[in-house]
Amino acid sequence: MSKQMTGAQMVIQALKDQGVEIVFGYPGGAVLPIYDEIFQQNDIRHVLVRHEQGAVHMAEGYARSTGKPGVALVTSGPGATNAVTGLTDALMDSIPIVVLTGQVPTFMIGTDGFQEADTVGITRPCTKMNWLVKDTANLADTIHQAFHVATHGRPGPVLIDIPKDVQFATAEYVPAEKAKISHYQPRTAGDPAQIARLVELMESAERPIIYSGGGVINSGPRASQLLRELVAETNFPITSTLMGLGSYPASGKNWVGMLGMHGLYEANLAMHGCDVMINIGARFDDRITGRVKDFSPKSKKAHIDIDPSSINKVIRVDVPIVGDVTEVLEELLRQWRARGSKTDQRGLSQWWKQIDEWRAVKCLTYKPSTTTIKPQYALERLEALTKGMDRYITTEVGQHQMWAAQYLGFEDPNRWMTSGGLGTMGYGLPASIGVQVAHPESLVINVAGEASWLMNMQEMGTAMQFRAPVKQFILNNERLGMVRQWQELLHGERYSSSWSESLPDFVKLAEAFGCKGIKCSDPKDLDDAIMEMIRYDGPVIFDCLVEKHENCFPMIPSGKPHNEMLLSADADAFKSGAVLV
Amino acid sequence: MSALNIKKGSTSHSAYDLRSGSTEIEESHTLAVIVENEPGVLARVIGLFSGRGYNIDTLNVGPTHDPKMSRMTIVTRGDDSTIEQIVKQLNKLVNVLEVQDFRDADYVDRELVLVKVKVDSKTRAEVMQITDIFRAKIVDVQPTSLTIEITGNESKVEKFLELMSNFGVAGLTRTGKVALPRK
Ligand SMILES: Cc1ncc(C[n+]2csc(CCOP(=O)(O)OP(=O)(O)O)c2C)c(N)n1
Ligand SMILES: [Mg+2]
Repeated sequence: MSKQMTGAQMVIQALKDQGVEIVFGYPGGAVLPIYDEIFQQNDIRHVLVRHEQGAVHMAEGYARSTGKPGVALVTSGPGATNAVTGLTDALMDSIPIVVLTGQVPTFMIGTDGFQEADTVGITRPCTKMNWLVKDTANLADTIHQAFHVATHGRPGPVLIDIPKDVQFATAEYVPAEKAKISHYQPRTAGDPAQIARLVELMESAERPIIYSGGGVINSGPRASQLLRELVAETNFPITSTLMGLGSYPASGKNWVGMLGMHGLYEANLAMHGCDVMINIGARFDDRITGRVKDFSPKSKKAHIDIDPSSINKVIRVDVPIVGDVTEVLEELLRQWRARGSKTDQRGLSQWWKQIDEWRAVKCLTYKPSTTTIKPQYALERLEALTKGMDRYITTEVGQHQMWAAQYLGFEDPNRWMTSGGLGTMGYGLPASIGVQVAHPESLVINVAGEASWLMNMQEMGTAMQFRAPVKQFILNNERLGMVRQWQELLHGERYSSSWSESLPDFVKLAEAFGCKGIKCSDPKDLDDAIMEMIRYDGPVIFDCLVEKHENCFPMIPSGKPHNEMLLSADADAFKSGAVLV
Repeated sequence: MSALNIKKGSTSHSAYDLRSGSTEIEESHTLAVIVENEPGVLARVIGLFSGRGYNIDTLNVGPTHDPKMSRMTIVTRGDDSTIEQIVKQLNKLVNVLEVQDFRDADYVDRELVLVKVKVDSKTRAEVMQITDIFRAKIVDVQPTSLTIEITGNESKVEKFLELMSNFGVAGLTRTGKVALPRK
């Protein structure tokens, strides 16, 4: 039973077949036929953004918080080029999104037509795969393939460029189950022999550490469940990258906190001093390893990753395991249990004693103030007042992002959305809307810096229009704080262009958008103000005026090994001094 | 807090770990990449090399016995870990079907070169003689030049070109290496 339809109708039908409920987008000449179809149906909801970058970050927020691919639809030329940052962000953080772009009609391609851009050329390096569809007969098939590629193997962004005449023309619709099955079938099961080697390593480990990453979250909730079982059965300490927060609960007793450049003292020292490192779905990013030559010099390393190219890319490992985290952990636990494996109890208890000593340093201690709000304090209060709620956190990029990672606790996967690989200022606000649209009843908070927030603030209009009650918790230090910190520490306190000058009045801005504005500058008022934000039934812009010159510690200046960490600006805050070697 | 007193020009100013270049030995490697014969594939493969800073010495692309597939033969340079990454990154591309790394495999390879050699009445005979010895072919004759086609493996072609350079080369084009595994 062949079904004839126009290309534009195919787009809608294929999205429905793929289970898409929401599309984030912005219209223009080259996608008008698709918008016409959107108008004439009710199954797919369209969220009109204010800038195409916002659409892509919303799709990312949606994807990251649901585990389902996010979809964005933009027009040709400027619509497509505006999507490039979001695509690159999704590529770096392995987020499955499908972006549809309009294109000038096929017969005009190459003529410098109005709003023509070489979209597949521009986006080739920032997509996992992209397609220019020149024939309506191939359109549905390509869309199905695109979803397959975005969500299989290491997830990532894909893009389909659809010329306007292809949207108008008619052809037979290819349903998802009839679509050409792509040869793209990455391996998901780990090699049992390698897993057996890992089991042996684990049995003999005296100072083990599990280092988990975003791959655990991408693998789905079952992976987090298995990770928890593994930790419970081995009593190994576990740390995580920025991207992996929540896969093991922050309240879990084996949690040693985030690692990396602004990671916890105990986490980084445990990485440095371990004898067995088990990397589960992380990629030895340079913010994690510090100086590669001195990275965890004494350990045997195992690396579980679905992307073979991640293995041995930065750090050479002893036990490489290519596979999906869920399947590999399943097999690992099976072997562990079948062998009746035991850990080295004596070694392990020594190791925990050592870790507890490191923990006792309390590296997140900061100098409290009764007059100004310390950013760390603001986050501690936010944590205390929202703990246990059905809560999702997004962030922008900068000091506030690192403080959010340090001071907020994540109990479950998919609850923490941040731009890790690309570090995109302007990610958090649109991402929070994407999350909120997917979880209308939940509390969604974007922990923001004032400078980042301004980069995509136009999306407050989207939040208002689509009744997304997102809370914009802006830690306003009137500085490009992270830049200022580097200039203070590494560039002789020459603060070149790192002040946020001429900031808007955020409360008035909130009023202008029609939402609620809250300003707080006194620590004594903070709890009430946060509660007011949470209770307000609608979007809130919270201008939290914080200490302007606070630095984010611990910090491993880049190019330094893990055991050379700056703990504090204030040497007497720690017995051991400011710089620990 | 006072600044960390880092000397100007020190790499500690950087947000990255600035390492000096790899000290491992770079070697030439031949790779064959079987790709889906679809638009954009070549651009993706080349973009991978340029984007990640890998070298391409020669590149040859053409259809295979199956019109749905093309074979690319790439000669690249790098230390072992770079080559390992190149192979993995190529394999990661969605329209790459297979990567053959000829590092250890037994393979045959050929390259075709057209070279225009300057000649005069005194040197013409000698050039023709060398051409004969190398089983190369003269494909065009002009009063002051000969255009010669030579096919062979790298060492043969290189040797021939070296000899021809003594007479003066007026033009040269090469296909780049093509290779097939023996088995
Ligand atoms: C799009 C983009 N441009 C520039 C940067 C470099 N950058 C990183 S953090 C930062 C300052 C962020 O300031 P703010 O949002 O106020 O956060 P704070 O560090 O003050 O908490 C800058 C400019 C970036 N990450 N992204
Ligand atoms: Mg700031």
